[in-house]
Amino acid sequence: MSSASPRPAFAAAAGGAPPALAAPSMLEQVGAVARRSIVRTFRQRALLVFPLLFPLILFAINGSALSAARRIPGFPDVSYRDFVLAVPFLQGALFVAVTAGTDLARDIQSGFFDRLALTPLRGSALLAGQLGGAVVVACVQSLCYLLVGIASGVGIASGFGGALVLLALSIVIAFGFAGLGSLLALRFGTGEAVQGFFPLLFVTVFLSSSSLPRNLIKTDWFREVATYNPVSYLIEGIRSLIITGWDGQALALGFGFALALSAITLSFAGAAMKNRLVRT
Amino acid sequence: MRRFAYVARGVAWRSVHNTLVNPAILLPSLIFPLFFLAAFAGGLSKVAEVPNFSYKPGYTAFQFAFVFLQSAAFGGVFTGFAIARDFDSGFARRLLLTAPRRSGIIAGYAAGALVRWLLTGSVITVAALLAGMNVVGNGDELIGIVGLGALMNLAAALWACGVAMFLRTEQAGALIQMPVFVILFLAPVYVPLNLLSGWIHAVARINPATAALEAARGLLAGSPVKVALAFGLLLAGSSLAAVWARRGLASAERAG
Repeated sequence: MSSASPRPAFAAAAGGAPPALAAPSMLEQVGAVARRSIVRTFRQRALLVFPLLFPLILFAINGSALSAARRIPGFPDVSYRDFVLAVPFLQGALFVAVTAGTDLARDIQSGFFDRLALTPLRGSALLAGQLGGAVVVACVQSLCYLLVGIASGVGIASGFGGALVLLALSIVIAFGFAGLGSLLALRFGTGEAVQGFFPLLFVTVFLSSSSLPRNLIKTDWFREVATYNPVSYLIEGIRSLIITGWDGQALALGFGFALALSAITLSFAGAAMKNRLVRT
Repeated sequence: MRRFAYVARGVAWRSVHNTLVNPAILLPSLIFPLFFLAAFAGGLSKVAEVPNFSYKPGYTAFQFAFVFLQSAAFGGVFTGFAIARDFDSGFARRLLLTAPRRSGIIAGYAAGALVRWLLTGSVITVAALLAGMNVVGNGDELIGIVGLGALMNLAAALWACGVAMFLRTEQAGALIQMPVFVILFLAPVYVPLNLLSGWIHAVARINPATAALEAARGLLAGSPVKVALAFGLLLAGSSLAAVWARRGLASAERAG
């Protein structure tokens, strides 16, 4: 093909005109940035190991240390380990947010972002590609949490299909949080600022129904906060697949909030990306 | 000795000053324990209704003892982060060159960690009292709790100091905090030891942090238990951590 029929982009060269490179398609642009993001993420093993281990350690400890909570009247008729397995997926998503944001901030701080802005690369492709590494990490993490949970004796009430839906939901959640991390990076431009938000994000998991069902939270203000906290519904969506089976309402709320989080953070991140590209 | 005190005082002052003037350093060490207190005492208060759960002052006080000791330990951990940051920025190397008695550097960082924790501990105590915590213990017993916290802070600060000086990079953060975090959470955090079962019960029984936690809860309830054991273990832990920190300093000196 190359000799008989030159690529259209180079066709003009045959007539003696200076060669012109065709702009790569959107998919190629996203692929190139995503490949770099994925390779970079996997080269930083510390960024992979800590987010993977920390939620699992908390799961192991809290799953056993709070097992007595099962004896609270009204607690679901499952082991506490089954109940709490949903939490590592959320904690992992928070780490994905920090990883995605820190990587993007590093590109901004190092000037790589400015150099990219000089190329024909579209801002949306840059953003989507940057999130590629985060999504791959989310896939690996979610699969690990699920396999460790099953290996530790947790049963998935919704079966194999439910496990697949659980993985899908956790990846959508991680994608939404990765968008948030990117938004923070684009707005503030430093890794320290992104990491500074981590405690705040972590608190949203604590102030939710992560440890007990909402109806068993005794303190009024805490129950109110947990009810208005979207993280409760993300956790309950995942949890329903593990301990209840197919619960349409919990899943609709879980996917609804996860998709809303993704849509909101990505649209704001897109706007912040435009601003940053204008500034450069 | 005068040169030791001179270095220690200078490093401690700088550590406290940096903490107080930099909200990015001060706020996490204040906010994290407060959220732990809210999440555990508020979100899990129903756990007190588990059959055989018995703690006279109530679940808020039960969790306060843990969060108080945890804040002490993390006061030390955060100081380790600061030391690592000082190495990354090059400040620590200049400090090593200029300090007439280098062991004073460790003492200074440890003293800074203590001051920093006294601030955090006070805020947590006020927050717990505002949340309705019952305190049954008398003045001596409450001083005992502060003593336990101070020793916990010292042990954690010396541990963190050693790691930070061995590795001399902010990337040591995970290694500094993870062991402290795990040891603390392998104690009976949410329910008394007798209500734990399985592997966590076996681990909690031999975990030194369990003795400190049970002693603090006993003192708060006005019925002291395992106090001598807790102080003994914390003193032993601090001594070991001091040796570790001194070796870390020697490693940093060799590295230049």
